[in-house]
Formats: sequence, C-alpha cells, structure tokens
Amino acid sequence: MYTQALNTAESDDRALEDAAKAAQFQARIDAEERIEPNDWMPAAYRKTLTRQISQHAHSEIVGMLPEGNWITRAPTLRRKAALLAKVQDECGHGLYLYAAAETLGASREELVDAMLAGKAKYSSIFNYPTLTWADIGTIGWLVDGAAIMNQIPLCRCSYGPYARAMIRVCKEESFHQRQGYEIMLTLCRGSDEQKAMAQDALNRWWWPVLMMFGPPDAASQHSDTSTRWKIKRFSNDELRQKFVDATVPQAQYLGLSIPDPGMIQDADGHWRYSQIDWTEFKQVLAGNGPCNRDRMAARRKAHEDGAWVREAAAAYAAKRGQRQSAQAAE
Amino acid sequence: MAVANIQVSETPLVLYVLRRADDALILGHRLSEWCGHAPMLEEDMALSNIALDLIGQARELYSYAAKVEGKDNDEDKLAYLRDVRQYRNLLLVEQPNGDFAQTLVRQLFYSGFADLYWRAMMGSGDATLAAIAAKSEKESAYHLRHASEWIIRLGDGTEESHRRAQAAIDQLWAFTGEMFAVDDGERHLIDAGVAIDPASLRGRWFAALSDVVGEATLELPQNDWMQQGGRSGRHSEHLGHLLSELQSMQRTFPGLTW
Amino acid sequence: MATPNTPLWEVFIRSRNGLAHKHVGSLHASDTTMALQAARDIYTRRGEGLSIWVVPSSAITASDPAEKGMMFEPAESKIYRHPTFYEVPEEVGHM
Repeated sequence: MYTQALNTAESDDRALEDAAKAAQFQARIDAEERIEPNDWMPAAYRKTLTRQISQHAHSEIVGMLPEGNWITRAPTLRRKAALLAKVQDECGHGLYLYAAAETLGASREELVDAMLAGKAKYSSIFNYPTLTWADIGTIGWLVDGAAIMNQIPLCRCSYGPYARAMIRVCKEESFHQRQGYEIMLTLCRGSDEQKAMAQDALNRWWWPVLMMFGPPDAASQHSDTSTRWKIKRFSNDELRQKFVDATVPQAQYLGLSIPDPGMIQDADGHWRYSQIDWTEFKQVLAGNGPCNRDRMAARRKAHEDGAWVREAAAAYAAKRGQRQSAQAAE
Repeated sequence: MAVANIQVSETPLVLYVLRRADDALILGHRLSEWCGHAPMLEEDMALSNIALDLIGQARELYSYAAKVEGKDNDEDKLAYLRDVRQYRNLLLVEQPNGDFAQTLVRQLFYSGFADLYWRAMMGSGDATLAAIAAKSEKESAYHLRHASEWIIRLGDGTEESHRRAQAAIDQLWAFTGEMFAVDDGERHLIDAGVAIDPASLRGRWFAALSDVVGEATLELPQNDWMQQGGRSGRHSEHLGHLLSELQSMQRTFPGLTW
Repeated sequence: MATPNTPLWEVFIRSRNGLAHKHVGSLHASDTTMALQAARDIYTRRGEGLSIWVVPSSAITASDPAEKGMMFEPAESKIYRHPTFYEVPEEVGHM
C-alpha cells in the first residue's frame, strides 16, 4: 500500500463556491467530523481527493509488478506463498481505493483509463527494477515501511471512505513489512553472497525510498490546503525524518550500512540524511525512470488483453437479464 | 554452478503423493503467473486465491511424501531440486496460461476432477491423505464453481469469447484422459484402500462437465485420443521452462537458507 | 474503444454467528453470481466472514445529508425514550 505526495498545480475554483457553505464545511473539518460521499464539499476538495486516492490506487496496482516479477522465482514454497499473498493484498488495496475514489463521482474505468493514458501518476518507487531476491526483502522492509508512515495518518483523514479504506489496508498490511524484514534478516544471517545481495539491494533502494515521501516541504505547492482539509496531517519532511529515524536502527541490527556516508545523528537523536537528488525524482516522475515504460506497457497489455473477457461478462449479463425478464413476462 | 538433482526413492506411496503434489504446485505456479495481469482486479484476486490454495496443497503433499520416503528430502528439495524428467504432474496442468479462456478451461477440466477426487479421498485409509483431502475438497469445490461460472460467461458471452473458449476446449481436451489413468503401483494402493480408482469418477466428471459446457453453448470434442506421459516424467516442452524459472534461485545458489 | 463500465456492488458481511451483516466495501462485477464470488475472494481472505450479501450500489436509496436536520434532529429531544431519563432508587437494584 503506497501513497505519495505528488502535488501538482490545480486551478483555484474555490472562489466559485458558496462562501457560507465553504465556511461550514471547514468548521466540520476543524471539529474532526468525517465528510461522507453525499455531503456538500468544495469542488477543490473533491478534486484533490479524487486525484490523491486514485494515484494511491494506481500505485497499488502498478506496485504489483516489481514484486510480481519474483513470484515465479521465489526461493522456497513458503516465500512463494507469502509473496503471492502480499502482491494479492496490494491488488485488494488498489481495489478498495478505487472504490473510495468512486464515491467522489469518478468511475473506476475513467480513473484507470486516465492512468493508462499517462494522465495520472503513481508512486515513483515502482519505476525501479527488482533485480535480485533481496529486492523483495528490501521492498517489504523499506517501501512498505515508508508506506505505513504515510498511511497511518490517513486512517484519520477527513474523508470517511478514504479513512475507512486505509484502516482496512493498514490492518491487512501489518504482515508486509515483517515479511520483508524477515527476508533481509535471513539474508544477513546467511552466506557472504547473501549479505552482499542484501547490501546491494539497500544501496539501490535507499534513496528512491526517501523520495517516496514527496518533494521537500519548501518546494511542496499544495500541502497547505491538504493540511487545512485534514487530508494530510504531517508534512513530507516530517514523515521522511520519522521513517529515517525508525529505519537506521533496523539496518544496524541487520548489519547493513545505509548508503549515505554523510549521515549523522544529531543531539536530539535524529538521523540527518544528506541531500536527496531531486533531479532524479523529477526525471522518474516525468516518465524517465528505469521501468516507467515497462510498467505502463504491462498495465496496458493486461487491460487490452482483458477487454474481450470484460465484454463477454457484460454480454452474458445482458442476455441473462433479457431471459429473466422474458420469463417474468410469461 | 549446477546443482545435482536429488534422488527420490519412489515407492508406490511416495510416487503417488508426489504426483498429486506436482499437479498442485505446477497449476498453482501457472495461476500465480496471472497476478498483476488479469482482465480485472477482481480476477487478480480470485486467481491468486486459487493459486494459494494449490500451493498450500502442494506443500502439505510434499511434506508428506518426504516423511513417507524417510530420507533427507523436504518440501523445498522436492519442489526445487528435481528436473523435468523427475516431475510427475499431469500434462494438463503444465500447459501455458494462454488467454483467459485457456486458463479457465484448464481449471474447469482439472477442478472438476479434483473436486470429485478429493471428496472420494476423504475416505482414504491413509489418515494424512484423508486429512489433506478434507481440506482440498472444499478448496477444489470453489475452484470448480469459479471456473464453471466463467466458462458459462465466456461461452455464452460474445462471439469472440465463444470462439476463444471453444478453441481452448479443443486445445486442452486431449490432456484430460491422463487424470483417469492408473499404473500398477497405484493399482496396489487402490486395492489397499489408500487411493481411489479415478476411473470410477470419470462418468460423474464427464456429466458435470457436459452440463457446464452445454450451458455455455460450447461443445466437447468427439476425439478421444488422449496424451499421456506426465505421470512418468515424459512432459511437454513447456514444463522445462516453468521449472527453470521456478528453480532458478535454488539452482544458482545451492544449499542456502532463504 | 471506451471501456464499458462494470456495475458497482456494495458488500455486506456477517463476521460471526449472531451478528448483523455489516458494510465492508465495494467491488465491480458483471452480475450477481460474479459479484458474490468476487466478494468472497476480496473480502473474506482472512476468515472475516460466514455470510455475504451483495447489493447493486444503484439499488441503495440514501437519505440526503442536506436534510439531516429534518430527518434526525427531532429524535434528539425525545430523551424520555432512554432509560437514563427515569430515576429509580439504587436499592431497587439493576433494572
């Protein structure tokens, strides 16, 4: 389960709204009330949420691909079952999230079409390749770890269906990070070759994982509105720092080194990481990551190859409906 | 860095259990290939569930085979360190996924059999097999339901889906006979009450299948020439590729813990 | 070709005997049979249920949040419907 702050500019159509309604809406948010699908909401709130929830859903679905890449090659039957169950969970999470987005008025088909057309984004992290089995451990440990940091606050998000979906997701997800860490622990207690594999995976994933939290607060355009609407409860940098502080001791326990020689622990105990390469982040978001094209191609292929199946199911349902009404008429 | 294959002492019971374990693993593996690529998210979920059931069955059966054999083998050695000639699964289950129709027809043929088979095996004189059967029967019953509903929709859906479903049936039909075949070793187990005679299930399998296929407005082929060989390790070319993927880690990094 | 929309369904699950069915989420399916199967495959993977209902989302009629005042506030003043409204001496015991 993955979400990422992918703030993009949006037109400020709030001015068009009825000011009184908007004030009332904000008062409800301030009182920690949940907003439900049929409630009045500012158009910009609807738009922001639709974008965020659908991006989150796309991330889950695209996120099945890098890990799915190892289902057929998992090294033991126990690992195979766990990985398949985990990737299947991601699918379920995508599904819950599409449903949450649909309560805002968009259909799943529209949302998926927008993603396949390249008009909607998904988390940058899934545009990196899984090269070895250690990548599966690292994704579980770090990518799911980062996702959890992001998602726990979303369980209290002001929009009811999103918050409820996130509660379900967080509950199901509790095994994912443990699964990943267990893989890493096994590797780090294994042969030199296995330890090297674990370190190599950490080296490749560390910085992309830090980027998952989104641009630095100073550069983040719309965090203010999201915070005011209680969609977002912590800033990108706050969550990133929390993640780093939680992760460093875990890496130490594994005997792995974080690939950041400049990292130091400050007087308050926080681990200060070096400058993140935001150029790389922008390039990946712009479609130039190592796997962007492969990921989109895989999703398009699944969609196109499945079209005749969806059409068949719809055609059968229509025929059955006709037969039932014909029977009823007899 | 090739790793030697393990040797398995294939007593009749070990071989019997391995054959069922291989069926479950290979079909589970095939279905797991769909994860992330199904026609709709709901089907990603469904096919993964079936795959997980089958992999679970395989693990129990391999563990039992290893226990009966009483040597140094375990579920992973049996799955990862036997080559194509040592695998004992039905030719049907190793057939490639093809399109969604091919996957679901394969499932319908197999689950229709597995449902009856495991139900009958609940009465096995072997307590472990009877227990595995009790769990597997419920799983297979659902797999059959799922596959049947889909075949009905594909057959009676659009022209294209009908054509694809019929092509899948025609393509896979010749692999169904092997499910009902018995060799001398199995005959002894049947006589001893450990195994059941699959031939006794054929009539019911065919009748139930005919109902589904009929409702789907599809037809079963008249051709009764059946392919054999999987049970004795004479496989199609497809299995070797599946195994090279399935076993790649254990073959590349021998003897490690994962 | 535009993707045809597959109908949306609401899923309700009875988690234990004796409990009511509770809304757990939604899914897409072409018809009732497929909806029920999908509900089983999506929402009961961790032993969450003993019984499932699926209802086409379009079949649900919802109250209008704008009418919340008219619909629900009149009940708030009827405090005599609640046991705490009545005073019974403690000596009488639990009632």
